[in-house]
Order: sequence, then structure tokens, then C-alpha cells
Amino acid sequence: MAGIWQELPRFLTWYNGIFLLNALLNTLLLSIIGCLAGGTIGLSLAIIRCARGRAMAVPRAFAWAFTEFFRRLPPLVVLMLAFFGASVARVDLTLFQVALIGLCLIATASLAEIVRGGIVSVHPNQWDSAAALNFGYLRCVLTVILPQAWRVIIPPAISFMLLFIKDTAFASQLGTLELTYAGKVLTTKGFSAALSYGTVLLLYFALSYALAGLGRRLETSIGIPADR
Amino acid sequence: MGYTLQYGQVYHYIPYLLGGAWISLQIAFLCFCGGIAIGMLNAVALAFGNRLAAGVARAYVTFFTNTPGLVQIYFIYYALPDLHIVLDSVHAVVLGITLNAGGYLALILRSGFLSVPVNEIDAGVTLGMTRLMLLRYVIVPHMIGVLYPAIGNKFILMVLGTAVAGVFGVEDLMGRTINANAESFRSIELLSITAAIYVAMTICATIALSGVGMALLRRRVRFAG
Amino acid sequence: MAFLQIADLSATYGRSPVLSGVSLAVEKGEVLSLIGPSGSGKSTLLRVLIGLLPPQAGSVTLAGQRVDYAVPAALRALRGRCAIVFQQYNLFQNMTVLNNVMVAPLKIKRRPRPEVEEEARALLGKVGLSAKLHAHPSELSGGQQQRVAIARALAVKPELLLLDEVTSALDPELVQEVLDIIRLLAQEHMTMIAVSHEMGFVREIATKVALMSEGTVVEIGTPAEIFDAPRSERARAFISKIIRAH
Ligand SMILES: Nc1ncnc2c1ncn2[C@@H]1O[C@H](COP(=O)(O)OP(=O)(O)O)[C@@H](O)[C@H]1O
Ligand SMILES: [Mg+2]
Repeated sequence: MAGIWQELPRFLTWYNGIFLLNALLNTLLLSIIGCLAGGTIGLSLAIIRCARGRAMAVPRAFAWAFTEFFRRLPPLVVLMLAFFGASVARVDLTLFQVALIGLCLIATASLAEIVRGGIVSVHPNQWDSAAALNFGYLRCVLTVILPQAWRVIIPPAISFMLLFIKDTAFASQLGTLELTYAGKVLTTKGFSAALSYGTVLLLYFALSYALAGLGRRLETSIGIPADR
Repeated sequence: MGYTLQYGQVYHYIPYLLGGAWISLQIAFLCFCGGIAIGMLNAVALAFGNRLAAGVARAYVTFFTNTPGLVQIYFIYYALPDLHIVLDSVHAVVLGITLNAGGYLALILRSGFLSVPVNEIDAGVTLGMTRLMLLRYVIVPHMIGVLYPAIGNKFILMVLGTAVAGVFGVEDLMGRTINANAESFRSIELLSITAAIYVAMTICATIALSGVGMALLRRRVRFAG
Repeated sequence: MAFLQIADLSATYGRSPVLSGVSLAVEKGEVLSLIGPSGSGKSTLLRVLIGLLPPQAGSVTLAGQRVDYAVPAALRALRGRCAIVFQQYNLFQNMTVLNNVMVAPLKIKRRPRPEVEEEARALLGKVGLSAKLHAHPSELSGGQQQRVAIARALAVKPELLLLDEVTSALDPELVQEVLDIIRLLAQEHMTMIAVSHEMGFVREIATKVALMSEGTVVEIGTPAEIFDAPRSERARAFISKIIRAH
């Protein structure tokens, strides 16, 4: 442990600071873009999956298969699928973009399932009233069902997003420069693992803890009792 | 596109991968049991402990649930040797997943401890139940009902979570996929087989847990997993 | 042909038959009251009529036009002329009272907002809820919610209004306020099919009473005929039961 104090002056350089900050920013970007894209696509998939009627059978089956497949895979498998998929398809993407695609797939599947849970939680009589008033499916979902489903969707969605920040760590296995990868780089530069990964853990903690607090504030502000 | 899928070249890896899946399940089960033990200690401390115990438990839970399991294991595997605690990769991974699961399971268990069936207890009291009877017939069954789905879900997530072991060269399903990939270079084919096995594992786990839930709670339990 | 002609209508939930060969006719301005034991298919009949459950066989003819429930355009046209009020009010929980009433004319019929709002306010005035325009359904009593539901149904200017036991979920002291509104509608010659077991009320406003049992109409007649001189054994048994209940 004493070793850490000795290497600390060498560690706390301007250069390392910028390096870690950049990595932290990338982790944040992966998390935010992943959640936004995953939220948007997941919402669409959930809406498709809840549609009735034979005309929607094929899109519905696709949405079902996509959701059930990707949320039953470890993040690392999805990321590797994205990585090798991109190389097989010969599309020229940066490692960051590849990781982002993989992470979006993960977030999409999980958030689609969470939104679906919210949609089915709304009392069926709301669909009846809307249908009797000539609402189409999409209008009913958007103006009647989702506004009531949010209270059910938001708590698990926030929980997922907080877990998702930690899942972005697997992007390091593709060589994407984010916090975890930065830790690896620091150890190869000769800093002790305790200091390198300790710092990385600390940065993750700050990020996740701050966002968890934000999530709790959001929940209480929309009137969901905080019990976590 | 110049790539054709050639499953013929990877079929012979299937038994090897399935063996890895068995190891994954073992790791998941082991870590789950350890996680329950740690989670229980923490949850009891959080719900009923004095200020010191609750503070320690809260610190534990806050740390482990706010940092990635992957980095926790990096720390255990690479940094602990500086403190002369040397673990091989399997032990480091199992310890890491267990400690991590302990944090999440503590939260789940605590929410169970804190959910009290007020109306049912009132009914029990008016029927003249003793405290022990209340515990036996009202509170514990209620807690199991609340906790079983949440804990089952966590187990399913942990089956997927064991894939982190592959990063450290453990021969679980993920690790064996990485090995086979390095040997054959048929990445997409191998990964799709691995993916299918993970999907199958979670589905089997869901079915098994539902079956146990049916027997235990005499009602259908839905698992998000 | 009558304004609404139902012929040999059948429907099933999954595989179990719920309606079998229902035939009824309702003239413009008439109030048909549906009575019958719980589970006899009254709600189902209304659900089929408004297109919430596809019929298995038979026909529905509205204003001389046969309704093809499999054709979305026909369904839309039908729902433009009919409205339903449910037993459990089914108000949109996420909208204020005023928005509940305005949403269909505004968003579905795409009518100009000032006009829609003026009508909605007038309708809510008619049901006695001018003071609650901006309340949410959860802040209202059952009777108030049901009056909003009636206003919402009226906002689409239906030619036929379907009422499914609109007072049976209400506390006894709240029943009258809802019945008063329906009475008013009857005086305005609104064509209605009302499922109701409020005997006195049915006698007063219904022009016809149909008694349903096990998915079929077993007797049709004027209120006096049905209540005072039921012909079939089943009708007699049911009538004596509801008379005793009141
Ligand atoms: N959603 C449903 N699914 C299956 N069966 C139903 C459903 N709704 C009603 N039923 C059945 O249909 C029959 C008629 O019900 P309903 O029309 O609600 O009767 P009523 O309104 O006269 O009380 C009953 O036997 C009931 O069990
Ligand atoms: Mg009914």
C-alpha cells in the first residue's frame, strides 16, 4: 500500500488527468447515446410488439425475437457479435462506433421489454374506451397508454440505465478507449494495478453515484416513492 | 459481401462449448449462493442493524452496486497480489462475482424485509395468532412471495454475468468461445452458437425457476429474464 | 327497416359461445333496455355492437347500412355514429375532465379547438360538472366520473348511445344524479340501448325491454309487458328476483 503513495506524484500528471477525463467522457457518451438510442428503438419495438391484428404479425414476431434474443445474451457476446459482424460486413467503423452499436442493441432489447411491461400494466379498459372513440392503435398508445405507463416504466428504466453504465465497461474488451480500457493502459505504463484500477473504480463510482442520485430525484419528482 | 457462413468448420466445437456452459452454470450457482450469504448479512444489517452495522453494509452495497463487476475483478486479480493476496483467475472471478452479487442481493433482500403485509397481520392478530404463528404463517410466506421473483431474476442475470470469467481466461462458455475463436477464426459462427447456448440457458433457468415457484408459492411467477 | 337492426348475431370469447342468435330492432328515438341475469351476455352484445369484439355470425344494420366489422373503414364509420358508456367509466386517467371530453372530437374528428371546447364545456355543464373541468378522474367520485363518461360519449354526437350498467358501480346515493342525465337524454329523443336493472327507471324511460338469458333474447316487449306479465318461466323467475331486490 505504501507503494501507492510513492507513485502518486508520478501518477497525478496533467497528461494522465486529461487521459482519464477523456476516457470518462467516452464512458459517459457510450452510456448516454446507448440509452437514448436504445430507449427510442426499444420504445418503437415495444409499441410494435403490443400491436394486435394479422397485418402486424411479421413486425410483431421480429420485435419479439429481437427483444428476447438480445436480452438473453451477456453484454460481451453482443459486443463481440457487433465487432465481428462489422468486420465481416466490411463496414468501416471505429472501435467506438462498433462498441456503440453493440451497446445500443443491449439497451434496445432491455428497454423494449421494460416499456412493454409498462404498456401491459395499463388497465385494458383504457384500450376499450379509446377504440370505441375511434382511436387508432398508435394514437391510443401515444395519447392514452404511454402517459399512464410512465410511472411503471421509469423506475425499472432508471435501474437498467444504472446497470448499463457498468455494462459499457465491456467495450474495453474490443479495445474501445473508455474508463476500463484506460485502467489497462495505465497498468501497461507501469503504474500499479491497485492505483490504476482503484482510480478507475473511483471514477465509475462518482459517475454512477451521481446519476443514481439524479434518478432518485427524478422518481420522487414524478411522485414515485423512493425505496432504494 | 465475400463472407459465407461455414458452420461445418465449427460443429465439432459444440461439445466443447456445452462443457463451458456447464462450467458457467456452476460458477453462477456458486456465486449466487455466496452472494445470498453476503446479501443476507448486509440486508439484516441495513434493515435491523445498529448505526455502525448499517453504515458498513450501506458502504458495501453502495460501492459494489456503483462500480462495474468487470473492474472489480480486475482489481482483485491484478491489484490484490500487491498485498500478497494471490488468486488464480477462477478464484478471482468467483470472488468478484460473489462480492458484486452480494451488493445487489442485499438490496433485494432488504426490500423483502421491509415489505410487511399489514392487513394480513391485522387479520392474524384478530384471529389470536401468536407472534411465532404470525411469523410462520403470515410474514415469512409473504416475504418469500415478494422475494422469490426478484431473486430468481437476479439468478438469471447472474448466469449471463458469468461471461465476465472469459475475460480472465476461465474456461466457461465465454472463455471457451474466445479460445475456439482464436483457433478457428470462424467468429460469427462460433458466437452465434454461443449466443444460442446462452439464450437456451436463460430459458431453461426461467422454466426451472417457474416450476420451483409454482411448487413453492402455488401460483405462476413471471420472470423478466 | 328499423334504425338499428340486429339479426341472428353470435359471438364467442375464445371457443366458448357467449351470444347465440340475438335479434333485436331499435327505432330512432327509442330507448331499449336490456335486462337479464349476470353473465347472460348483455355487455358482450354492446361490445360487439361497438366493434370491440368481432361477431361470429349474423348481421348488424345501422341506418340501412350493413356494418362489416372486418373492414376498418366501416368500423370507423360505425364508431362515428355510436358511442358507449361503460360500467366502470373507463375515463382516460391521464387526462383532465375537459380533455377526456374533447379528445375524440379534437384528435379524431379533427374539428377546430374553440368550437370543440365550447361544446365540451356545454356538455359538462349539462351533466353538472362545470366546476370540475380541470380535475383528473381520480379526484372525482364515481357518479361524477360516470357523468364525465356520458359527456365524453355525447361529445362525438352519437346517433346511438350504448349504456352498460352505468349505475351499478356507484354508491346508492350517487345513482340518481346519473339517471337524471339519462332521463334528460331520453326526453331529447336520444336513441339508446341501456343495460340497467333500475326497475323504476326502466319502466319510466324504456320504450322496449329485452330480457336476455344465456346469450339469447328470451323476451321482448314494453316495460309493462315484461315486468307485469312475463310470458316465459325464465322471465318470471328473473323478474321476481329483481323485484325482490328493490
Ligand atoms: N373477456 C372475457 N373472456 C372470456 N369470457 C368472458 C369475457 N367477458 C365475459 N365473458 C363471459 O361471457 C359471458 C357473458 O358475459 P357478459 O356479456 O359480461 O354478461 P353480462 O354483461 O350480461 O353480465 C359470461 O359467461 C362471461 O363469463
Ligand atoms: Mg355486464
